[in-house]
Amino acid sequence: MSNAYVSKRVLKVSAVLKYRFFLLYILFTAGFGANASAQTDSMAFIEGGHFMPFYHTSDDSVAVASFYLDKHPVTNGEFLAFVKVNPQWRRSQVKSIFAEPGYLNHWSGDLDLGPRAEQIKDSPVTNVSWFAARAYAQWKGKRLPTLHEWEYAASASRDQPLAGRNKGFVQQILDWYSRPSPTILPAVGQQTPNYYGVYDLHGLIWEWVQDFNTVFISGESRADQGELKQFYCAAGSSAASDIDKENYAAFLRYAFRGSLEADFSVGNLGFRCARDKQ
Amino acid sequence: MDTAHRFYNISLAVATLLIFVASCSDNQNDFDPETAEIVGEKQAELTLPPDVPPPIDRDNATKLIVNMEVVEKEMRLADGVTYTMWTFGGSVPGKFIRAREGDMIEFHLQNHPDNKLPHNIDLHAVNGPGGGAESTFTAPGRETVFTFRALNPGLYVYHCATAPVGMHIANGMYGLILIEPAEGLSEVDKEYYVMQSEFYTEGDYGERGLQPFDMEQAIEENPEYVVFNGAVGSMMNDKAITSEQGDNVRLFVGNGGPNLTSSFHVIGEILDKVHYEGGDRVQTNVQTTSIPAGGAAMVEFETEVPGNYILVDHAIFRAFNKGALATLAVSGEEDENVFTGQQLDRVYQPEGGAIQELPQEKRTIPTASTIEERIEFGRETYMAVCQACHMADGSGIEGAFPPVANSDYLNENPDRGISAIVHGLSGEITVNGETYNGVMPQQNLTNEEVANVITYILNSFDNEGGEVTPEDVERIRQQEGVES
Repeated sequence: MSNAYVSKRVLKVSAVLKYRFFLLYILFTAGFGANASAQTDSMAFIEGGHFMPFYHTSDDSVAVASFYLDKHPVTNGEFLAFVKVNPQWRRSQVKSIFAEPGYLNHWSGDLDLGPRAEQIKDSPVTNVSWFAARAYAQWKGKRLPTLHEWEYAASASRDQPLAGRNKGFVQQILDWYSRPSPTILPAVGQQTPNYYGVYDLHGLIWEWVQDFNTVFISGESRADQGELKQFYCAAGSSAASDIDKENYAAFLRYAFRGSLEADFSVGNLGFRCARDKQ
Repeated sequence: MDTAHRFYNISLAVATLLIFVASCSDNQNDFDPETAEIVGEKQAELTLPPDVPPPIDRDNATKLIVNMEVVEKEMRLADGVTYTMWTFGGSVPGKFIRAREGDMIEFHLQNHPDNKLPHNIDLHAVNGPGGGAESTFTAPGRETVFTFRALNPGLYVYHCATAPVGMHIANGMYGLILIEPAEGLSEVDKEYYVMQSEFYTEGDYGERGLQPFDMEQAIEENPEYVVFNGAVGSMMNDKAITSEQGDNVRLFVGNGGPNLTSSFHVIGEILDKVHYEGGDRVQTNVQTTSIPAGGAAMVEFETEVPGNYILVDHAIFRAFNKGALATLAVSGEEDENVFTGQQLDRVYQPEGGAIQELPQEKRTIPTASTIEERIEFGRETYMAVCQACHMADGSGIEGAFPPVANSDYLNENPDRGISAIVHGLSGEITVNGETYNGVMPQQNLTNEEVANVITYILNSFDNEGGEVTPEDVERIRQQEGVES
């Protein structure tokens, strides 16, 4: 009888302790946020977890550790600040192996956003190569997000994480393709943020990721072979793999990344930065 | 047995001879598309639908350069309805490519910098992996090039094959490439480019505004639109394709799909020749030809008779409810030897005059014993049957129904009235100086009723009187009809 009493007390104590740990955790993160000041204000915390990437074998869920992700894509104004102090990344000085001729060609000069500077300074920077995006992130003390991190964060709808199988959410992303590209990209942060408080992962631009070319998709989407053979079945050439055959939005993203090389500059391709949780 | 053997040997000999002759004649032509000498270099002329580049007048293979630009843009799908089309060359279907068997085709795929997506091209005319898809996978703002040899003559579909393939095709990325045989195609007067395809929109058919692609409907193969040349009415009214009477017309017909097979049909024409599936074989005298998704056919016919000919997918709800209609307008002189147009339009009266007969209980018909009774009974019949047209006062309606009042036509010969009732009447008659050219259907009345009603008419409306008996009616009934 007394034994039973004791064990009940122990349970109670451990419950209280758990609660205290939780409080500590809240305090810790809040304090951390305050210390990191502006930098974390501009970043959202993405709680880690598991998710099924678009391509996968049946038991192939991917673990993503907690990380921070920029709330907004990097803007023309921010990138201008970068090239001001890093002349080697100016349009006229960049090494050709790091950026093809289209690099920053929507600007008027090395340090000149052009006649529409006021309009585009808050628009996402595009026409940047992967090398340039990576250099910017390093300069900021950050890095590019990995493919899995980006997809994990971007699979969240406005009110739900991992909404990749939510047909309404997928259709909403697809609708973006039904709107022709505007001549001038709108400013970042105009759309509703997602579940994690991140803006513009869909509906504004494509974004570079650190390992954009690890999932290799060649032009022949129906018969691709290789290290990620299952991915090629994405186009339906094989019944052997399990992919979200109905996640056309993901199809489009993976196909887009597959068409890139690291020195490419594309008119609607920009980036944002990430950082480890520490 | 022996005879059979001999027959077999002879057939074998004949067959061998035929093969020998055939290979001889091949050697004479001496054309091998794989080894034919490439002479010079040419820029391919590409055309927007429904136009086709002119026939190739070269008798040699050449290096043919094809520049195809991919453009994503908002375009008209129907009146008040737009759609963001992904296009080869700015149109749906994409620009028509015409080459010759043996040509070395250098294909440039240019992805416009404003485009959102990477694209590529799979040409069914290519022998090689992916039909060129892998070699032409192109990010926005870039250009890729590959070269292939046109080894097989025929009419082929090309399309985008970037994942998700279905969506790229559903958004308009298909077109036709013709590889003319070395000896060319037969000469015709008119050539046109027609391509069927479906669109899957979020809004219902006709719902206005910019309509996004509906993935679910595409997977269910349930399109809102089935159209020719990329839009409802793309070849109707002032945009109809045309020919003149006596022209031989060749249509290069493709089906971009992405899902449906077309039952291609030209209303009012028999397809004299169909290169079905776009290949060498020709079927003649075809009413409707199947064109699979990702397939094509060359159809030829002479337009013998002027008028409008409607191209349809004969899966007919697609034509009349989803947009699969186009017009071929043929001008010229009527030729009654082939087609007369309408020669007659009249009320159809089946054998036995049953047209107005309805199943009904046997009527009890009072028999008139005096002329007064006959007039009285006749009045009732007139009011029930005749007055709707000839009016209660017998005045008729000018220009449509002749008067029975004070009627010279009737008084001159009352048999005419009887005949009109029992046999019906059509053609021109003159009543009181007015010409009538209408139709009176025969009436399902008994001899007694007819006698009564004519007697009533003759004794009313300022007519000249008289009596008609059932025997008179029977006499007229036995005749073919009384001349007016």
